[in-house]
Amino acid sequence: MTTLNEPLYRDDYLNAGYGVKSWFLTLDHKRIAILYLISITFFFFIGGFFAVMLRLELMTPQGDIVTAETYNKLFTMHGIAMIFFFLIPSIPAVLGNFFVPMMIGARDLAFPRLNLFSWYLYNVGGLFTLYTMVTGGIDTGWTFYAPYSSSYTLSDPVPVVVGVFILGFSSILTGINFLVTIHKMRAPGLTWFRLPLFIWASYATSVIQVLGTPVVAIALVLLGFERLTGVGIFDPKLDGDPILFQHLFWFYSHPAVYIMILPSMGVVSEVVTCFARKRIFGYKFMAFAIMGIAVLGFLVWGHHMFISGQSIYAGLVFSALSFLVAIPSAIKVFNWTATLYKGQIEFRTPILYAFGFIGLFTIGGLTGLFLASLATDVHLTDTYFVVAHFHYIMVGGAVMGYLAGIHYWWPKMTGRMYHEGWAKFSALILFVGFNLTFFPQFILGFMGMPRRYYVYPPEYQVLNVMSTAGASILGLGYLIPMIYLLWSLRKPKTAGANPWNSTGLEWTTPSPPLPHNFDEVPEVTHEPYIYEGGSHPHAVPVSDHEAAHE
Amino acid sequence: MIVPKKIYYRVALALLVLFILTIAVAFVHLGPFNVYIAVTIAVIKATLVVLYFMHVRYHTRLTWIFASAGFLWLIILFVLTLADYATRS
Amino acid sequence: MSKHDSELAHQFEDMAQQKEAATLGMWAFLITEVLFFGGLFTAYIVFRTEFPAAFASASHHLDVVMGGINTGVLLGSSLTMALAVHAAQEGNRKSTLAFMTFTLVLGLTFLIIKGFEYQHKFADNLFPGANFVSHGAEPGHEQLFFVLYFMMTGVHAAHMIVGILLLLIIMGMTAKGKFTATYHSPVENFGLYWHFVDIVWIFLYPLLYLIDVTGRAQ
Repeated sequence: MTTLNEPLYRDDYLNAGYGVKSWFLTLDHKRIAILYLISITFFFFIGGFFAVMLRLELMTPQGDIVTAETYNKLFTMHGIAMIFFFLIPSIPAVLGNFFVPMMIGARDLAFPRLNLFSWYLYNVGGLFTLYTMVTGGIDTGWTFYAPYSSSYTLSDPVPVVVGVFILGFSSILTGINFLVTIHKMRAPGLTWFRLPLFIWASYATSVIQVLGTPVVAIALVLLGFERLTGVGIFDPKLDGDPILFQHLFWFYSHPAVYIMILPSMGVVSEVVTCFARKRIFGYKFMAFAIMGIAVLGFLVWGHHMFISGQSIYAGLVFSALSFLVAIPSAIKVFNWTATLYKGQIEFRTPILYAFGFIGLFTIGGLTGLFLASLATDVHLTDTYFVVAHFHYIMVGGAVMGYLAGIHYWWPKMTGRMYHEGWAKFSALILFVGFNLTFFPQFILGFMGMPRRYYVYPPEYQVLNVMSTAGASILGLGYLIPMIYLLWSLRKPKTAGANPWNSTGLEWTTPSPPLPHNFDEVPEVTHEPYIYEGGSHPHAVPVSDHEAAHE
Repeated sequence: MIVPKKIYYRVALALLVLFILTIAVAFVHLGPFNVYIAVTIAVIKATLVVLYFMHVRYHTRLTWIFASAGFLWLIILFVLTLADYATRS
Repeated sequence: MSKHDSELAHQFEDMAQQKEAATLGMWAFLITEVLFFGGLFTAYIVFRTEFPAAFASASHHLDVVMGGINTGVLLGSSLTMALAVHAAQEGNRKSTLAFMTFTLVLGLTFLIIKGFEYQHKFADNLFPGANFVSHGAEPGHEQLFFVLYFMMTGVHAAHMIVGILLLLIIMGMTAKGKFTATYHSPVENFGLYWHFVDIVWIFLYPLLYLIDVTGRAQ
């Protein structure tokens, strides 16, 4: 409530406190989100560096710049940095941390100290991993398959295993925080079916983090025990069972794919409905589909193990269950498309990324069906087809969604607008670069090129050169946003409270928001996404509003 | 709400009886049924602890759901893993 | 209300919301604990069904009596903890502290007995590793049993140690008069944790100690 006694100018969360301590001991979910943003960006570029090295090596059929051992370490550390330290925390820990409380009308997450603690855990885990990266690396593949990782590798996997174990608890704590916050801290009137879909997505993601992560944690403990004591648990030579490790590992690591993709789906749902100026099509189906994916995701892990020695009958069951995931995924793609249909689409940067997501995720999802089928998987397993498939999901899907979210909420987070021209340009470059990098890999994989080798027969060279060329464009596509987003911070905070004319509660606050988000707890009286029909006070095109603002 | 002390004592007594039963049954040779009975008794004991000592019986449906979810997912982990081991040729 | 204002964190509207959030958070944490132990139980099921004879003969090395006493000790500590929570709900600081002290003593008793058991196992060269000696027919698979025995009881004991440290903190807070009949979430949530650790042992005892008891050479 504004009273005459209050000054006209009020401190936002960015200048509510200065100095190192005000950041490193902050309990404000928004500042913690920024801390996370810095940490994960750091690891993104580390993972990116390894990717550059991989693609450079693969330009020619023979080994050029690295040895076989180094190559093994490069792809391992690329996977570890990107999956554990970038993709899994990316949207939940940055955008979720920032916007889950704001979108439900809360002043903070339920447990702010736990939130800060989880960031510290992330960094401690990161330090362990960095230690290994600079002191010789690890070559087990990001999956740490035993018995190679426990008995045979000459590199030392223990620090990374410890790091990922610690990181897992960071992820669990974020999940617990979100679950409780979404259950207990919604504004009055904000019923479950009035929640924005990003909240549903964050909820589903948290469920997976809480239920899945502990199992991989204990698997890593057992792995470390075997490595350090030489006592068999997973090594068949020592009376252990290697397939048991794979079961425990994939019980988490398959659902982990949904930790990466579900939040992106949430972001895309927000962006599509906002820039199409239409209600989301089939809201309840969207909510149920996201929960459906989260639950089904726990029933399909065996499709990573079709050729591992797993029972063929279990393989059949896992194959059939995997196909079920296609149903809720398809519901989502169809509903986004239906939302766009006859919408008054404003072609701004966030929706360009969302378009990228929808297209690339569809390709990634459909090629997943090839791999979920027992017979074709036998041919395609461990080829570049798999590599292309999961990069379409994780880079084409998850990262595109992440960038859509960053561009959508950047004005809210910083109070500044980025340069629209450059942003559109880089969205385009990313799309082109991505497809040029990874589409040839589908063909390579289908032709039989195995993954994880640093040399290959000469007939694969043309497609590999295309892929490397695409990667260089892709790399540029990641650097440009870094530059213009950072550049935007030099400008004054003129973005305005609601530059896209969105309907969510987060847009009812000033940009950047106040430290406690809301002066008064908002009351919600209607469904989300009332964009058309003129009944909503903000039901005007984005551009009109912006013109009025300037 | 505050659960009367009486209930705690009764539950503890039940747990004690079940504990003695577990040991007694273990000393009777029943082949594979020994483990099934032991696990069944353990499940009953755990349920009593969850319902009364941990107050789930007196809590909202949400606590029920949370408490059940962990065990439900545990069963998923067991069943699908064993689906592999039990059907190896 | 003003009496509780100091206890009410700024992100919550009222004490009820704060309390419900704390309880729910504890349950969410316990879910992760269930699955954390769940991975070990999965390994146990897989290996026991694969090597039933080795598990039986290895289990014969465990001390049914010591394990049994510990089961009783933990059961008693669960009761005293439940009564401590009950006393805290009534705002009775004295008996809260008394029941917590009982709980603490029982928890320490458990760990001491467990320590003696571990000591015997080490002395008998039953700890997995280079010094492991087994006189059974399948030494490798028996060693596997002891890997799981030490892993499961070890992780459980680690939880007990954490529990005792937390209990000491909660007792300190109780003694300082931090809790009232309306505000005592930490006591209740610690109780949930303690009971959970008891539940794990309820399963560990029959699964580890009571395999093929009738087959023991007395």
